[in-house]
This record gives sequence, structure tokens and C-alpha cells, in this order.
Amino acid sequence: MSRADGVAPARLKDAAPLFSALGDETRLGLLIKLSSAGPLSITRLAAKSPVSRQAISKHLDVLEGAGLVRSCRSGRERIWELSPTRFHDAHQYLARISRQWDDALERLRKFVER
Amino acid sequence: MTPSTTDRIEKEIVLRAARSRVWRALTDAKEFSSWFRVNLESGFAPGQRTRGQITYPGYEHLTMAVLVERMDAEELFSFHWHPYPDNPKGDLDAEPMTLVEFRLEDVPGGTRLKVTESGFDRLPAERRDEAFRMNEGGWTEQLANIERHVSG
Repeated sequence: MSRADGVAPARLKDAAPLFSALGDETRLGLLIKLSSAGPLSITRLAAKSPVSRQAISKHLDVLEGAGLVRSCRSGRERIWELSPTRFHDAHQYLARISRQWDDALERLRKFVER
Repeated sequence: MTPSTTDRIEKEIVLRAARSRVWRALTDAKEFSSWFRVNLESGFAPGQRTRGQITYPGYEHLTMAVLVERMDAEELFSFHWHPYPDNPKGDLDAEPMTLVEFRLEDVPGGTRLKVTESGFDRLPAERRDEAFRMNEGGWTEQLANIERHVSG
């Protein structure tokens, strides 16, 4: 059964850049670094990396384009951090709480119907 | 059900149990604690607060704090609460709460229970962010998993 059949084409279109951004080991590595070490400058991100600073900068632009990271200026450097906006959508938030209610009501059902 | 709004959640379930039974499960703090998985310190009463530690596995660090609004016997039970009272940095009491309403009605063979939670639009953005971090904190966790996987 293909799950994609049930997904609106627009959603697939939205999701493609995200997965394409994730589908690269250098970029995954950058996300892991930002995730574990918090906001970092390019210098810190490039430290001990076999990849050049310019290449890292390009990878960060791709990640930013997919909404996964964001940057701000600090003096002469740009500081990069993970961006939660990708997941910020209010509907996702409600969908999660909605699922929690579904679970709670199923527990209530078991409780009163036993 | 209006899926376009971001302010409220509506749920409906038909329970094969008498209305009085469902009412007790909702409003008796011990019974509520049992199915909701919380450890409420005191009973529910209109205008009164009660709180308790969540006992749901993985969420034991959370405290549930409610302010009961109405208890109309076997018809309506409602309370205000904070949907994500995790490590509040500010004064949680000063923040907007959502309103949870349980409405009961008889149906053949049981009870229809409607649950509404509303007021999400008034929640401070950072509260939603926090909720995001806790749950999709899965996200950070996933990256850590990838890291463990690739370095292991």
C-alpha cells in the first residue's frame, strides 16, 4: 500500500526540499553539531572538518533554505542555530494535543467499560 | 469539528457505560487520576485548584495544575489548565490557561462524551515553543540517535 497516495501533492512538494537538505552527510553532521553544541559560528563549525569553510557555508545556506537552521550576525561572524520554525505550525501543535486526548479517552473507555 | 481553527480541539466518544459511571470517572479525583495517569493531591470542586504529578510513563516530570470551573451533575465538568506546565520559568499562574469541558449525554446503550479544549490562540508563543521542544524535542533526540548510530 502506498502512503503517498493519501498525501496531498502540495505537501509532498513542500517536504521534498527538507528531505533533500537532510540527504547529505556533511549537512547531517552540521545539524548534529548544532543540536549538541548549540549556536555556533562558522569557524567553530568548520573546526576539525575536512570540508572547507566555503563549502560549509554553502551547506548551511541549503539547510537555511529548507528552514532547518537560521543565522544571525555577531560582529563579523554569522552564528548558526537549529530553527524550530519548521515544526512551529500551530496545527501540528494541536494535532499532537489532539492525539493525546485520543489516548486519554481510550484509557477512560477501558476504565468505565470494564 | 472545524479543522481550520487553531484555537480549539473537539473530541467525541461513545462509552458503553451509564452516565453516572462516566461522571464518577471524570469527577472523582481518584478515578480521574487512575485513567488519566496523574496523582491528584485533592478532589475537584468548583472554583478550587488541584494539582498532581503526571504518572504516564515518560512524563513523570510534569505537574498537572487545574482550576475547576463547573461541575453540573452528570452534564458538564470543566476546568482550566496549562497544557504544558513543564519547568515554568515565569509565573505560570499569570499565564493564560486553556479550558477543558466534558459534556455528557445519554445515547442508547451508553453515554456520549464530548471533550472540548479551547483557548490555544491565547497561549504565549514561547509556551508553544516549549511544547514543541518537549515533544518534537524528539527532533534533537533523533539527531542524537543519528549521532550515536553513526559513531557507534
